[in-house]
Amino acid sequence: MLSIRDLTGTGIGPIALKLANREVAAITGPSGAGKSLLLRAIADLDFSEGAVMLDGQDRTSMSAPDWRRKVTYVAAETGWWAERVGDHFEDRTAAIRLLEQIGLGESALDWSIPRLSTGEKQRLGLARSLMGKPRVLLLDEPTSALDIANRDLIEALLKSRIDEGTAIIIVSHDPEQAKRMQASPYRMKAGKLEGTP
Amino acid sequence: MNFIALGYSDLIIASLLLLFSGLLSIYLRLGIERQIGIAALRMVVQLMLIGLVLKVLFQMVSPLWTGVAAMIMIGLAGREVAARQKRKFTGWWTYGLGTSSLMIACSIVTVLALTTQIRPEPWFDPRFALPILGMILGNTLNGVTIGLDRLLSSAFEGRAAIEARLALGYDRTQAMKPVVGDSVRAGLIHIINAMSAAGVISLPGMMTGQILAGVDPTEAVKYQILIMFLIAGSTALGTLAAVMFAARRLTDSRHRLRLDRIR
Repeated sequence: MLSIRDLTGTGIGPIALKLANREVAAITGPSGAGKSLLLRAIADLDFSEGAVMLDGQDRTSMSAPDWRRKVTYVAAETGWWAERVGDHFEDRTAAIRLLEQIGLGESALDWSIPRLSTGEKQRLGLARSLMGKPRVLLLDEPTSALDIANRDLIEALLKSRIDEGTAIIIVSHDPEQAKRMQASPYRMKAGKLEGTP
Repeated sequence: MNFIALGYSDLIIASLLLLFSGLLSIYLRLGIERQIGIAALRMVVQLMLIGLVLKVLFQMVSPLWTGVAAMIMIGLAGREVAARQKRKFTGWWTYGLGTSSLMIACSIVTVLALTTQIRPEPWFDPRFALPILGMILGNTLNGVTIGLDRLLSSAFEGRAAIEARLALGYDRTQAMKPVVGDSVRAGLIHIINAMSAAGVISLPGMMTGQILAGVDPTEAVKYQILIMFLIAGSTALGTLAAVMFAARRLTDSRHRLRLDRIR
């Protein structure tokens, strides 16, 4: 499904990676190794060169917003642009369904952003990016601020998306997470991806 | 009513107030006496020089020299826009964006006012064209400066929010919309305040000047209303142009946020 060849950007590359439907790649590595830069480069948020294709279609053949709706990056600490949580979700009914899956109720839509904890922001940020049903998720430490119960909820939600055909690249400092997600393990070191099959 | 001419002794008496402020600054060790002195000296020299220049220009009534004077005024205003930014684009972009926005807004509004409302003969008569341009430029300069400053700071500090929108598949216009709206609003606050306060809290300078020069207050008011509309229109147009151009420069054709273009 997702095919990356000779991807080179600031501080990373050249990188090659192939990901099939329902496949998960877990990337570990020391801070500053370029893990987040790699995800940003795949999402085309930073300038990069090389071939990045989805189902054989190169990302340059479609508009960047179209690409990012299909291949969606979720930052470790994502940003918020409106006063209330609900303002960040276009479809309220679909949002409520998702909020229940991440352990939050409908009332969370009325919460103000400044009062959210880091963990709530992380869960809501992920829920927000799942609204568009992306084909590939690029997750940058999606559970780093969560307790075990909430981490399990998020992993269960991600597994349900994987069952529906979504592929995931997950950056994590937790080697056990790769095992739980049945992910192919990769390691990033000095901008290079090790463990490429 | 007759116009009362001022002598140099009148100006010296008025300057004593500033001298007193300077002495107060020395006494209280505020350290602003030097700045006050330099600013006052600059103001006197600049205004006296412009007085001489305007005198010559008014005698010539030349479209070329009026145009040259207007370009110099706009160019210097563009320099002020660039100098007052906390964050700037790399290269000449801040100066270029500021100057071109001022040029577009102020030229359109000034020419429109001269050809359709004030209608001097000839329409480019510098006695009308340059003071009108000066008033419009001075106010538009504030709007453009504040608008640009707010946009660059907001984009820098609100990077996570903009990139979150881009990552979700918003295009660059949609992603920048909250900061663009906020920046335009910031740029227009002073002119909205000026219009709201006019005649109630403050008597605008031009109207006061005309009244002091012996013009009937109802006529002076009409001129002031016209000028307020021109200033507000130009400030809105200039601020909008500067903020939109800058927002475009802050992103690229692949809808990425380009903070590397700011220093």
